[in-house]
Amino acid sequence: MTNDEIVLAIKDIIATIAPDEDLAHLKMDVRLREQIELDSMDFLDIVMELRKRYGVQVPEQDYMELATLDGCVKYLGPKLADKQLKLASRA
Amino acid sequence: MRYDALIIGAGLSGLGAGIRLAQFGKRVAILEKHTLWGGLNSFYKLGGRRFDSGLHALTNYAPRGERTKPLGRILRQLRIDHDELALGEQSWSAVRFPGIELRFSNDLALLRSEIARAFPGEVAAFERLLADLPGYERLDGTNSGRSARAELSGRFRDPLLVEMLLCPLCYYGGAREHDLDWEPFAILFRAVFLEGFARPSGGIRPVLDVLVKRFKAEGGELRLRAGVARIVVEGGAERGADRELGRGRVRGVVLESGEELEAEHVYSSAGWVETLALCPREHLRGAGPIEPGPLSFFESLTVTAEEPRALGFDGTAIFFNDSPRFDYRSPDGLVDPRSGVICTPNNYATSEPLTEGLLRVTLLASHAHWRALDPERYVAEKARAAELALAAAARFAFDVRGKAIFQDTFTPLTIERFTGHVGGAVYGSAHKRPDGKTGIDGLSLIGTDQGFVGIVGALLSGITVVNRRELEAAGSAS
Repeated sequence: MTNDEIVLAIKDIIATIAPDEDLAHLKMDVRLREQIELDSMDFLDIVMELRKRYGVQVPEQDYMELATLDGCVKYLGPKLADKQLKLASRA
Repeated sequence: MRYDALIIGAGLSGLGAGIRLAQFGKRVAILEKHTLWGGLNSFYKLGGRRFDSGLHALTNYAPRGERTKPLGRILRQLRIDHDELALGEQSWSAVRFPGIELRFSNDLALLRSEIARAFPGEVAAFERLLADLPGYERLDGTNSGRSARAELSGRFRDPLLVEMLLCPLCYYGGAREHDLDWEPFAILFRAVFLEGFARPSGGIRPVLDVLVKRFKAEGGELRLRAGVARIVVEGGAERGADRELGRGRVRGVVLESGEELEAEHVYSSAGWVETLALCPREHLRGAGPIEPGPLSFFESLTVTAEEPRALGFDGTAIFFNDSPRFDYRSPDGLVDPRSGVICTPNNYATSEPLTEGLLRVTLLASHAHWRALDPERYVAEKARAAELALAAAARFAFDVRGKAIFQDTFTPLTIERFTGHVGGAVYGSAHKRPDGKTGIDGLSLIGTDQGFVGIVGALLSGITVVNRRELEAAGSAS
């Protein structure tokens, strides 16, 4: 997956969890929680989907690495390098 | 057969937990002893009609899009669309005591104006209560053990207002006599007074259908007529050294059919007393108080050809009490007709209007007294208790006497038979286990005895216990 695809992958997961959020204008460097309504349980769901779709394990102490889209790309880049993008949201 | 997780009971907490576990990729089965799902909030057919077994409404109403409220959080976590519930809001409800009424609806402005009208001297104290209560809502289940009655009595000068606020909340989820714990009071206060009542169009059945469909779509397995005969636990004392809990570890269950199912984790919605009764005795040492809940109810359902509105009633629920002090305890006789709940599913703004009227009256009842009756007396006393219930309804809401085209009643014995709750204790044990822990590794409690009540509360209970466990697993895996 390229960095752009990782952003797409994360946005697609968020779209599954929160179908009525507008994700088109998400900024890369601002915390996701400041842009859309996500609570700690939503992060649990993001991690769950990453595991289900891509077999990627994110231990709890690394959750903060996923706070921004930039953070997601940096943290997940190596883990997702050889994975194929899978889109599942109804959007 | 080996599972990651088994769930005892296909009620709302079991379905909520099941959907979450399946979403987490677990191999999960829900084991339901009956042929129908729904648990305390199920439905049944009688006389060609379908009745809900629970009250007609869910609490914690929130409109579409309010995702931080309990209803929004649940729908989001279960990935269910708000529209699928087809909720219709209540018209209004009321607490009625002799000569005084407090109306409330899903708009807090109504209750505020009622307090100002009926208790003008308490307006400031009521506003302080509204401001303070959110700080006591503990979704992680911590509970200081403080008494809501004592806390309210310290805030309000007029004891009547204390009784009137306690009355509906006790009926909506009070598992102990006379009182509620303060933190659960805060949660119930939000559920009933701040967010309020709504009814799914078509009753509980379509909601259960949505949940079961979701569970199966996530890969879960629902097994009906699969009563659990016992929970298999192994090991014990040797694990107790480094942790306080640890009287063994769950291995799975044995069904009433004799079939054995292995599982990493068992989630039981059967209730605290009922779950421990399924465990081997040697693992119960130090389990704390094992007492069935003290409170049960008698209910009468009356179908009328005319809707309540035509009979002069356009509200949805009346919480009534016939004396200045509200006596919430197991009665000395079969039923206590002095207080109760009168409600109807008709006056909700649901998309499919009902064609007949339905009145439901709930009274406190004594399991011990009903159990002592011989079969003939039992039938006669049911009829007599129904008369008392309808007389109370006539006094506090509207009169259906002589207009019934169909009637059904249920007693603490009926409740015990269909829910498995010892003593017909609808709200379970007086002693809750907010973290869902039982002391046996791998065995968690969900549902009524975990502490959340109502349809939304039960779903939240199953979801929360599973989430917490998954978070712990994520933490320890690292």
